[in-house]
Amino acid sequence: MNAVAFVVIAIFALSAALAAATLGKLMHAALMFAVALVGVAALFFLLGAEFVGLVLVFVYVGAVAVLIVFTILLTRRDLDVDRGFNWTGVIVAILVFVGLSVAIFKTPFLASATPQTTMITVRQIGEALMTNYVWPLQCVGVLLTAALIGALVLVMEEKR
Amino acid sequence: MFLIVSAALFSVGLLAALSRRHAIFILIGIEMMLAAANLNFIAFWRFAPQPAQPIGVMVAIFAIAIAAAEAAVGLAMVIAVYRHYRTTDVDQLDRLKG
Amino acid sequence: MDQIFVHAKQWLLSFLGHAPDWLVQVASGLINIAALLAVFLTLFAAISVLERKILGRMQNRYGPNRVGPFGLLQPVADGIKMLIKEDIVPVRADKTVHFLAPVLIAAAAILALGVIPYGRNMTPFAIDGGILFFFAVGSTNELAVFMAGWASNNKFSMLGAMRAIAQMFSYELPLIITVLPVVMIVGSLAPDTIVLAQGGYLFGFIPQWFVFTPWGAAAFILFFVSGLVESNRTPFDVPEGESEIVAGHMTEYSGFKYATFFMAEYIGMFAVSGLAVTMFLGGWHAPFRVLEIIPSYIWFFGKLSILLFIYIWVRGTLPRTRIDQMMNVAWKFMLPMSFTCIIAAAVWHYAGRGLFGWLWSFAVVAVVYLALSMLLGTRKKFAPRQYRFAE
Repeated sequence: MNAVAFVVIAIFALSAALAAATLGKLMHAALMFAVALVGVAALFFLLGAEFVGLVLVFVYVGAVAVLIVFTILLTRRDLDVDRGFNWTGVIVAILVFVGLSVAIFKTPFLASATPQTTMITVRQIGEALMTNYVWPLQCVGVLLTAALIGALVLVMEEKR
Repeated sequence: MFLIVSAALFSVGLLAALSRRHAIFILIGIEMMLAAANLNFIAFWRFAPQPAQPIGVMVAIFAIAIAAAEAAVGLAMVIAVYRHYRTTDVDQLDRLKG
Repeated sequence: MDQIFVHAKQWLLSFLGHAPDWLVQVASGLINIAALLAVFLTLFAAISVLERKILGRMQNRYGPNRVGPFGLLQPVADGIKMLIKEDIVPVRADKTVHFLAPVLIAAAAILALGVIPYGRNMTPFAIDGGILFFFAVGSTNELAVFMAGWASNNKFSMLGAMRAIAQMFSYELPLIITVLPVVMIVGSLAPDTIVLAQGGYLFGFIPQWFVFTPWGAAAFILFFVSGLVESNRTPFDVPEGESEIVAGHMTEYSGFKYATFFMAEYIGMFAVSGLAVTMFLGGWHAPFRVLEIIPSYIWFFGKLSILLFIYIWVRGTLPRTRIDQMMNVAWKFMLPMSFTCIIAAAVWHYAGRGLFGWLWSFAVVAVVYLALSMLLGTRKKFAPRQYRFAE
């Protein structure tokens, strides 16, 4: 049952990602991107990291996808047709995929392919964030503030 | 098995980033690559011999936060560039060429 | 009497006998979903007619009273009307996206209903990170609203969708941050645990709900107002203001798709009210120990009905806000207030949860509220009005 669910979700996520990469219309590609991210979040659920899956849906689909869609709207020129599809990109991508798969199949696996069954609760994540990982948390906070201010400054119109 | 899916997702993201001319498509590809890397982290954390410490989950959460910040700044740059050059075609943004 | 639905479900599941484990889980999930849909679609139908009658009484007129006794069969008439209307799709609209947008909105609203505890042991899907699931699903609502606005290929729809998204995500921040004090005090994201933590009685007769603490009251009011905005209800229905922008992002939808939008808005309202009841009003607990014989789900739906009545009351009373007034309130007032709720909750917890904690956290909330109102209130002084009459 687990394997069936994994195959179904993986095919769904990958086909949505392929559609996002190759569709001509920009809007459809952005929406397919959101769907692919939901597929990836489902894969996270299968791996037992439910919190990360939920955070992924929350941040990516709720915020980044909306940002992308807004930017598409604000930079409209020729929305329907995206000219130019560079085929060398496809060749490079296929080469990278083949290389990565060879690397994966050649490394000896650390454990057997069955996952451990310890579920991680949100409480443990919270405690770890506040005790072991306080410095990365503060750094990410500063980084997000800097990104916020930077994005605002970039987009602000200059006062004449 | 999850690693193959993450490698495939990474290469699809690379495809999107390399073979399109619209700047926003490239950003979509970059975000997809980041999501694939997150999947890799969590898969390794789950199948490793000691998954009780949430190291993989921590890294994934921070990576998601950083990806969101970078997407925001990247999109702001796309808007700023569009206002100046009136185009989002990255092939036409070559003023710095010598 | 309290566990009657739980026993009914177990009796139904016992028919499966020796089926494999995953089949029992799937069947249990399906029974949960069927019960949820039955209850909430009936509640939606009832609310759509009760709202019009209550609004009518507030405006000194009868509501709909022709169809059935006291007009109570009006939803049936509305349903038949919506179903037989012609489904018009604009020629240059994007057909797939135009079709999928109402589906996605309705799906998001119904998904959000699944994590709320309706009674003792009666949560449809008890996820460990239930509150986060609720908000994650709520944030896909914005994307679906945008899809609706863009796919109609209509400038008014596009404008309405952009205003709707701006409003929704700027109020999503107070919505989420006011939930944080509750999660902090309880220590868990699961709605079941949050309801159980509000179970005792202080001094034997005051219920320990979070709304009776100073930070809880402030957080409840902020959460309630943000919930009003999230479901695009008056006074915050700028996205669908009928006199301004036709119907905003729902302009080009007719017939059953419009009914789906309507249903999704009301079910979103139910979900947000249900979450407010769960987190602040004690969920399915009874207010006094004497009244505990009344089943838990009746208490839950009673509190939910009171909140829905307040929603309808506010709709009938207040005029529509301007969009810049709304944004000002969100960013300048509600966001700092929600941060002080977190600080006040921490003060309450560390000063002991008794009288001193109450006094100190009340002081924190009151000081910040007064400071904000003094800072924000005296910005613009308008000159006295000058009247020019036609001579």
